[in-house]
Amino acid sequence: MIVEIGHFALVMALCISAVQATLPLFGANTNNRAWMALGSPAALLQLLLLAIAFAALTHAFVTSDFSVNLVANNSHTLKPMLYKVSGVWGNHEGSMLMWVLILAIYGAAVAIWGNNLRPTLKARVLGIQGLLGFGFLLFIIFTSNPFERLIPAPINGQDLNPLLQDPGLAFHPPLLYLGYVGFSTTFSFAIAALLEGRIDPAWARWVRPWTLAAWGFLTGGIALGSWWAYYELGWGGWWFWDPVENASFMPWLAGTALLHSAIVLEKRDSLKSWTIFLAIIAFALSMLGTFLVRSGVITSVHAFASDPTRGVFILGLLVVSVGSAFALFAWRGPVLRGSGVFHPISREGGLLMNNFLLSVAAASVLLGTLYPLFLDVLDLGKVSVGAPYFNSVFVPLMTPLILIMGIGPLLNWKRGDAIIALQKLKIAAAIASIGAVTIWFVIDKATVLAAFGIGLALWLLISTLTELANRIQLFRIPFFDTWRRIRHQPRSSWGMTLAHAGLALAIAGMTASSAWRVEAIQTMKPGDSVIISGFNFTLRNVQNIKGPNYLASRGVFDVRRKQSFNITLEAEKRIYAVSRQPTTEAGIYSTFLGDLYAVIGDPDAKGGFITRLYFNPLVSWMWVGTFLMVLGAGISLSDRRHRVGASAGRKVPGGVTA
Amino acid sequence: MKFTSLALFFIVVALSTTSFPPATYAVDPSEILDNPLLEKRARHISKDLRCLVCQNQSIDDSDANLARDLRILVRERLIMGDTDYQVIDYVVSRYGDFVLLRPPVKAITALLWLGPLIFALIGVFSLIRYFWRQTAAAKNEDEI
Amino acid sequence: MGLGRNPQELPSALINTPVPTFQLPPIKGQKKGFSNLDFLGQVTLVNVFGSWCEACRLEHDLLMNISKKKLVPIFGIDWQEPNPMAGPAWLKRHGNPYTLVGNDPKSRGAIAFGVTKAPESFLIDKTGVIRFKHTGRITKALWNETVWPIVQELKMQ
Repeated sequence: MIVEIGHFALVMALCISAVQATLPLFGANTNNRAWMALGSPAALLQLLLLAIAFAALTHAFVTSDFSVNLVANNSHTLKPMLYKVSGVWGNHEGSMLMWVLILAIYGAAVAIWGNNLRPTLKARVLGIQGLLGFGFLLFIIFTSNPFERLIPAPINGQDLNPLLQDPGLAFHPPLLYLGYVGFSTTFSFAIAALLEGRIDPAWARWVRPWTLAAWGFLTGGIALGSWWAYYELGWGGWWFWDPVENASFMPWLAGTALLHSAIVLEKRDSLKSWTIFLAIIAFALSMLGTFLVRSGVITSVHAFASDPTRGVFILGLLVVSVGSAFALFAWRGPVLRGSGVFHPISREGGLLMNNFLLSVAAASVLLGTLYPLFLDVLDLGKVSVGAPYFNSVFVPLMTPLILIMGIGPLLNWKRGDAIIALQKLKIAAAIASIGAVTIWFVIDKATVLAAFGIGLALWLLISTLTELANRIQLFRIPFFDTWRRIRHQPRSSWGMTLAHAGLALAIAGMTASSAWRVEAIQTMKPGDSVIISGFNFTLRNVQNIKGPNYLASRGVFDVRRKQSFNITLEAEKRIYAVSRQPTTEAGIYSTFLGDLYAVIGDPDAKGGFITRLYFNPLVSWMWVGTFLMVLGAGISLSDRRHRVGASAGRKVPGGVTA
Repeated sequence: MKFTSLALFFIVVALSTTSFPPATYAVDPSEILDNPLLEKRARHISKDLRCLVCQNQSIDDSDANLARDLRILVRERLIMGDTDYQVIDYVVSRYGDFVLLRPPVKAITALLWLGPLIFALIGVFSLIRYFWRQTAAAKNEDEI
Repeated sequence: MGLGRNPQELPSALINTPVPTFQLPPIKGQKKGFSNLDFLGQVTLVNVFGSWCEACRLEHDLLMNISKKKLVPIFGIDWQEPNPMAGPAWLKRHGNPYTLVGNDPKSRGAIAFGVTKAPESFLIDKTGVIRFKHTGRITKALWNETVWPIVQELKMQ
């Protein structure tokens, strides 16, 4: 019964989205207040209906209702409750339902918190959001219906893939979707602005919180995915340039560029075409990612078991929405001419370079991801484009970007003085160079690139702090005045400082863990010891244990270093009952300078076990760094200035609205 | 109806169990060569060879049977005296370019390798044009 | 368009090239394995199989049929068996269509042919050159429409 309610709600949502997609847009064109006002209640109703549908599906999973096809294929009575719930989105149909739910959440959010928007703009934004919802709901209802029944219902289900039965992975999709589905809102804003024929600083200010939210969530989602890969896949890797990883990374690159481009639009009424273009591209890349993952055209760790008909449908949605967006973009060309002029060496110039480098990076990742598909479809053979390609293309592009990130914030708007800026950065440059050379000398003379990477990270960190120090005039004016400046710094500038510093830490972590990982593979008997990087790993014993839906052998390691350091690591090799699939759970201990990482493998005939022991340098810096980036986005988001509308005289209802 | 759902079961199970990499133990202690230089070369070569029965992993990362057999093959050929290039060529001549994770530089991949450079050049030209137009417009304003 | 393709299905890199050098020992119960030299002088069908391979079981009847009618000699590569008795036991239970069977636990034979999954089948001409590859099981339709005509053509050369 509940499943039928859910199904009904889904179809109702389709109807409401049709209303939301048409009437507000017509209303905006004809200045019909009543129709424009329909946007908000429609968006809210759509959210309510999709929430009901999602709740119904969740209920089916939680109660193990195997008469629902999806539950039968992806769940099992023995599964722990958390994974029964996360199983809702651990498959194609359920995750698509989550996709449209989040689309509706963002639509409703604009309805609730967009009261300071111009009514025509708001109506148009909600209209486009409704249009997107309509397209995807059609897709779901006709090709990927989560509520399909399975008669007769089996007694038990097929279980969720054991690799997905993990807390990190349970939260990775929702966070990721909040990210790249969030770019649907910036897309809607862009299209709405094009329809209005007006792209101005006010628009940029309205768009900014949505961009920040989507970007923040996406950063978090990607980081969570990497963190999961790190501790689950058994050897400490965290990024593979897998097509589906790229599918989330490309919108991130475009989204980062969008975030920064909108700042120029807001402050200087410039870079209009760039900003609109990026808003369209960011969401287009999100949709492309959705297509790649679910159509079966690529070989990937993540690929859902999907079929070509679904692929064709999404491709159609993509072509129609992005095609019309670009057509609109071309038509509105004249409106996109900005008034702000600026010198190449200026804050705008730096941000323009930023746009440019991030866009080239995104385009290159896109090229590499699609190339095998492109050749195969044209029958020109099969090639693989793997990590070696992406690394050799991406890293050289990021280097100038990071260098500019240091200087840019110190340049003035319109015309900046590079010499003065560089003088202020003397310390940053010095520390970076000395640091790089020292590390090269001390750690490993073979890895010049890695030392360079650390140098870049140091440059970014110190220059970001220098910029902060400069803004608060640290040590140049009395401390009381500096303190006053600190207290009056807008939150968005704290956001910037945190995010840039976080990136610096993350870069250091990425460089170190890739270049200087120490690995030892051997067979160990209980009592044996191996020393890595000064840490002594002793295998205490290996026991057989029983989990809720698996059996495992657990290896216990004592790790010692000198007198003071003594910890225990537990590593498991599990076999899940239903799928008979083995997984590893590594034993990990994080220290400031790196992670101790232990994996237990198969036994050999003589009572020994294969063990893989690692020291992964600076890994936690990646997680802390990305966390700071997300925190920065959050703090920027909380900046009051986002909540005040452009029309100064207008009273914001109820005071603070968000 | 019953048969199709049953078939669907098997297909989804089969596909879902192949959609993720098996637990990666990859290189086995018994595979490790005694000569550390050769072993280092073997690891380096393995990282560039695709595991053909996995989803997007190298033979160095995967514990699939074929990956293991290829790792052992790579080591055998190194012991026999092949250069890195010869070992890779041995595998590529049997499996095609698909087995290379770093795409070869050939006519067919020209667009792939030159692509980023072309994007960058397009960007640079647009930037130059943008600033040139700006300064030209500013000069016009000054003259007026 | 090309959307229905399987991204993992590999065309052969060895078409129209001679079979690379390899040698396989016999499986238990057979006297002779085979090597690349054994292809000279006749048209051969090489079939990669394993007792663990479901689709191989489905293809097996067709192979038995071919072998009974002596249409073309079939050489079998018994690939990645967990133990030496698995292959022979399977052949005993389901019948042995192979003129020669090589034991290939370490994939040396499979790698020589560029094999990535079972079943895969190849047609080798009289000079030992690989002329045809098929991934997946040979269906009756495929045999009648594609494989058998190629065999006949190769026999006439």
